[in-house]
Amino acid sequence: MAQAVAAAERVERSSLLAAPEGRRARQVLGERILLGLLAASSLVAILTTIGIALSLLFETLRFLDAVPLFDFLFGLNWSPQIAIREDQVGSSGAFGVVPLLVGTGLIAAVAMTVAGPLGLFSAIFLAEYASPRARSFAKPILEILAGIPTVVYGFFAVLVVAPFVRDSSEAAGFEVSSESALAAGVVMGVMIVPIVSSIADDVISAVPQSLREGAYGLGATKSETVRDIVLPAALPGIGGALLLGVSRAIGETMIVVMAAGLSAQLTVNPLQAVTTITVQMVALLTGDQEFDSPKTLAAFALGLLLFIATLILNLIALMLVRRYQERYD
Amino acid sequence: MDMSPGTIRPKLTARGVNVFYGDAQALNRVDLDIRAHEVTALIGPSGCGKSTFLRCLNRMNDLIEICRVDGDIRLDGEDIYDPAVNLVYLRARIGMVFQKPNPFPKSIYDNVAYGPKIHGLARSRADMDETVASSLERAGLWEEVKDRLDAPATGLSGGQQQRLCIARAIAVRPEVILMDEPCSSLDPIATARIEALMDELRQNFTIVIVTHSMQQAARVSQRTAFFHLGDLVEVGDTDTVFTQPVDPRTESYISGRIG
Ligand SMILES: Nc1ncnc2c1ncn2[C@@H]1O[C@H](COP(=O)(O)OP(=O)(O)OP(=O)(O)O)[C@@H](O)[C@H]1O
Ligand SMILES: [Mg+2]
Repeated sequence: MAQAVAAAERVERSSLLAAPEGRRARQVLGERILLGLLAASSLVAILTTIGIALSLLFETLRFLDAVPLFDFLFGLNWSPQIAIREDQVGSSGAFGVVPLLVGTGLIAAVAMTVAGPLGLFSAIFLAEYASPRARSFAKPILEILAGIPTVVYGFFAVLVVAPFVRDSSEAAGFEVSSESALAAGVVMGVMIVPIVSSIADDVISAVPQSLREGAYGLGATKSETVRDIVLPAALPGIGGALLLGVSRAIGETMIVVMAAGLSAQLTVNPLQAVTTITVQMVALLTGDQEFDSPKTLAAFALGLLLFIATLILNLIALMLVRRYQERYD
Repeated sequence: MDMSPGTIRPKLTARGVNVFYGDAQALNRVDLDIRAHEVTALIGPSGCGKSTFLRCLNRMNDLIEICRVDGDIRLDGEDIYDPAVNLVYLRARIGMVFQKPNPFPKSIYDNVAYGPKIHGLARSRADMDETVASSLERAGLWEEVKDRLDAPATGLSGGQQQRLCIARAIAVRPEVILMDEPCSSLDPIATARIEALMDELRQNFTIVIVTHSMQQAARVSQRTAFFHLGDLVEVGDTDTVFTQPVDPRTESYISGRIG
């Protein structure tokens, strides 16, 4: 009896397997090709990333043969021009990255001073106060802001903001250089606003409605609810949004190339010209260079530095945003 | 209107209450009195408008853009839909506990202290400590949390969170507490605790509870109102409604659920 059942089952199974031969083969082949294509695509992306990271690493190691790591990381003087004279390759210690870090940090700080409040406040407005109509109007505009090519922002920084900063500071009796960290930073801040606001908007909107109702049910006003309940609940995610903004600021190139200047001064005065890691990378690599001169290799070292910094920032930011989302799923 | 002898003026009165979500009518000319120091249970099949009615009583429906309420709802004779009514005061007098526990992402202490803080009810830190302690005490949670008031409230169990939400509502010293299926996410033990609590709380508060459990309505309430498809079908003493329902719809709902 049991045998009969098993036999019947076997028959049934084999009849399922016995699809017309040709069709089945075609099916399998199609699936394989598709799978291969998809896998290959992601492989290319992954391998490229690894390749870039490795080449950055190797060229940086070569650079460090010529310039000691300590001098690079803690040197207070950046003037790669002197060091290319062939008889004293890299020995002058002119590859100190500190002025670049300070310049990058200064501009990023100015940018976040603009983008932090503006981005946050517009996110709060969009998520909590805007009527659906205002929202459907304001959100696309912010997204357009994010789509403007950075070279346009650079233009704007050089032609409008920098002269304005110079004129108004001079009128107020301050000494200003024609290229200032302030002008570049402010324009960069405007560029970053939509990044901060769109992520912060998502994060604030993800705060469960039940928390808001809990506050209203206790008699809290709208602003009390937003300030005391919604924002604290969204805080980690908002931190993530700000960090992504910072990461974008330190990696931004075009605006600073056009508006920040080349002089590697060690200053935190936003009215002075400063230079950034990205600007110096562009400067090191423009013009004819020996590929293995320390000057060229320095660009790789700067690139690696930038890569590590943004990677860390992005990882922390993603972790904050993600952990935050998990908490309310 | 309830005319049984010896009744004092009802705490809340609803007259001719219609509620619309857009064009859809969710409540149809509801008349209901809520008596002070009693637990009134709102029962009925899903979607019949129990939550909608409950949320009318503290104007929580104002938060829903498409929701329109008309009719007349009074708290101690005062029209709560009067445009001059201050929602902050209204909701301080009529507190609410929700279906899913929704503690704020703050410490246990700060959860309870939040209401008194925004309403300026505590004169000093010591005063606030006292309010927090007594609210937790009355919500039956004090013994479990007194040693970890600074711990995050989200770390409590579901039943503890719901009692915390009750403590949070009590801390504002409301006159009425609205509860929308407060036990639906809790296990039987936590449910029993909250049911016991309700009986104590009605000494000081007037309670309106929405529940899907006939047994719960029978256990905790003095009055029961049965809703069906947006109509208030029947309201009366809980014993009467459950043993001798007047309307056949009440009868079939109750027997369907119990039997
Ligand atoms: N925010 C809303 N927008 C539109 N319609 C709604 C909204 N809330 C409730 N409704 C509708 O109003 C009617 C009554 O809903 P309500 O939530 O009051 O029912 P309920 O009796 O509480 O049901 P349940 O027992 O399932 O909680 C339903 O038809 C529902 O679809
Ligand atoms: Mg409901």
